[in-house]
Amino acid sequence: MIVDRKPLSFWERMYLPSIWGGLKITSKHFYNTVFKGQTGGNTLSKGYYPETKWDVAEGYRGAPYLVKDQDGATKCVSCQLCEFVCPPKAIKITPPGADSQSADRKNAEKMPREFEINMLRCIFCGFCQEVCPEEAIFLQKDYSLTGLARGEMIFNKEKLLSLGGTSGGIQKWKHKLEEAKEQEVFPVETK
Amino acid sequence: MPPISDIFFYLFAAMTLFCGLMVVANPLSRNPVTSAIFLVLTIVSMSGLFVLLHAFFLAAVQILVYAGAVMVLFLFVIMLLDIKEEERRKFKVISSGIGALAVFGTAAIFLKSIGTTQWKGATPTIEGSTVALGKLLFDKFLLPFEIVSVLLLVAMIGVILLSRKELK
Amino acid sequence: MDSLLQHWNSLAPLTQSVVFSTLKVLGVLFLALLPMVAYSVLAERKISAFIQDRQGPNRASLPLLGSIPILGPLLTKLGIWQPLADGVKSILKEDFTPSYVRKAYFWLAPAITLIPAFMTVGVIPFGSTLGSQKMVIADLNVGILYTFGIVSLGVYGIVLAGYASNSKYPFLGGIRSTAQMISYELAMGMSVIPVFMIIGKLNLSDIITHQAQHGWMALPFMATQQTFASYLLWPCMIVSFGIFLVSAFAETNRLPFDLPESETELVAGYNTEYSSMKFALFFMGEYASMITASCMMVVLFFGGWSLPFFGLDQPATSIIGGLAHIAIFVAKILFFMVVFIWVRWMLPRFRYDQLMDLGWRRFIPVALANILVTAVVMYFVR
Repeated sequence: MIVDRKPLSFWERMYLPSIWGGLKITSKHFYNTVFKGQTGGNTLSKGYYPETKWDVAEGYRGAPYLVKDQDGATKCVSCQLCEFVCPPKAIKITPPGADSQSADRKNAEKMPREFEINMLRCIFCGFCQEVCPEEAIFLQKDYSLTGLARGEMIFNKEKLLSLGGTSGGIQKWKHKLEEAKEQEVFPVETK
Repeated sequence: MPPISDIFFYLFAAMTLFCGLMVVANPLSRNPVTSAIFLVLTIVSMSGLFVLLHAFFLAAVQILVYAGAVMVLFLFVIMLLDIKEEERRKFKVISSGIGALAVFGTAAIFLKSIGTTQWKGATPTIEGSTVALGKLLFDKFLLPFEIVSVLLLVAMIGVILLSRKELK
Repeated sequence: MDSLLQHWNSLAPLTQSVVFSTLKVLGVLFLALLPMVAYSVLAERKISAFIQDRQGPNRASLPLLGSIPILGPLLTKLGIWQPLADGVKSILKEDFTPSYVRKAYFWLAPAITLIPAFMTVGVIPFGSTLGSQKMVIADLNVGILYTFGIVSLGVYGIVLAGYASNSKYPFLGGIRSTAQMISYELAMGMSVIPVFMIIGKLNLSDIITHQAQHGWMALPFMATQQTFASYLLWPCMIVSFGIFLVSAFAETNRLPFDLPESETELVAGYNTEYSSMKFALFFMGEYASMITASCMMVVLFFGGWSLPFFGLDQPATSIIGGLAHIAIFVAKILFFMVVFIWVRWMLPRFRYDQLMDLGWRRFIPVALANILVTAVVMYFVR
């Protein structure tokens, strides 16, 4: 595609018409803002932050939090996929050893002994949510995270679970339990 | 307590000599940028000496042209060409001997000529007015002035010619 | 009070003038220049905000003063206390020196940028007289040469900042800025030569007294006695003022010539590796040099402290007159500061080769031609 570049006229090369045009536009905006109050805050959002909070869209990538399933159990099984995929290495998981306690729910072998996300390193990319096989970590709508010390901004498992809320999701383990119950022989306990 | 102009003279002269020495013989760093900065300081203290001689125009022009434009271009070239420190070369006896002979010979000539000159020894009385300087440049010293400008023109043309790309 | 006056009168005149010069320097620096720098930062933020459809700083407020009934919230909405907050932030923020910089130059560069910007204020006559003391710190006979010399020393700070930072973007920004500044210094110096040809002296106070009588250089109708010669020379003065105005923008690295510190291209140019106090020094240096450039424009082209009516064109004889002259000067400087701030958002940035082309191939020939034309016109008028 050939762009037609016409040679500039004399006045265009003197640059004075551009200066005049710029002056008109900036004066109009100045007048509208100062004397008519037509700022971006007033016309687009009907107010200024933090008095007027904005509506967060669906799918907004806020801070990542762990979710519980509908029975109140942790969904994370400490597979550490999110830890390995996280680009700035913000997630740090302490997996349960061979002799630690089992998960707090039925039909899951393990849950993480400790799960930490350093919110100062998190870049809110959403890879951890994409890669998690258990739908245990979601990027929710929280966008303003502040703290007074660097240690305060490393969220551990309790904090993440408490902020994450509940999300039933596909409930894969419940369906697996029902399928297993219909088998002739099944190796897991049905407590 | 000597008069304040004497104190300033000693201060500026000491600064000039020290900074001049640091340009070439800096024991702490062999960075060419450091040498250039010390040269700027030398020029600034020399312009202070000009002020003490009541040549205000020369002092201001020294800062404006030398320290402000010429030395900036020096620094520019040093940084652009990324000139690193020079490696220390081996000490050679014969070259150092000849160099020392040259230095001492020149110093002896300077000292002899300073010793045999009749110094007038008075503070300057004429206020170096810019108008007087301008008049002198344009009537008594017009030919040297024009020749110097032709010299600059020749240098510029030479540079443009040497750095021209070959026309294919 | 009486004993103080007696003690003052008993000092030698030399001591008196030294003490008063020190007072003038400290007064101008700390009571006039630094507050003006701080509040011009605020003015830039507010005016930029208004042009960009937003509000600018309007929340910083002091604990007690913010609750005075009507005045408190009004001042807070204007953002008057914001420079205080900025100052406190600069002091308390972590001043980080990266490990790969050249430490000596890294520490020197902000100081070398700031000092020439403040030194130039020494020759500017910001009033006529106050009582019996002249309102200029150093009444040099080569005032304008001193100014241009010190301005050209200001380039070193940026060169060294770019060099010391030892990394790509600051180096590029520093080199670009250096080349731009030395190019426009030439145009700036040559463009004001016609002014001095007309007036005949290099002393800045004499320039103002000449303009007070014969009409301002840029506006010859603002004169107590109109002369035909000044109207004949008006086109030359317009060209001279135009070139000086644009060169002042280029010298202070302001848009439309701010490629050395353009955010979209070079992160922050030579400022990149600097934080908190050192960055604040660079910032203050930039605004101080803007104020100095405005002062130069007012002194050379707009009549300094004089107005052609109410008898304000004569040097002041009373304290009230002296203060009025200072107020007029400050008002004119504020006008030019607003011009600086406004033009920042009016024009898009110049590309680097267009910038150098403008400085070398357009301004210098036009300035030289202007000198010639002024000389010819003056020859026929005298």
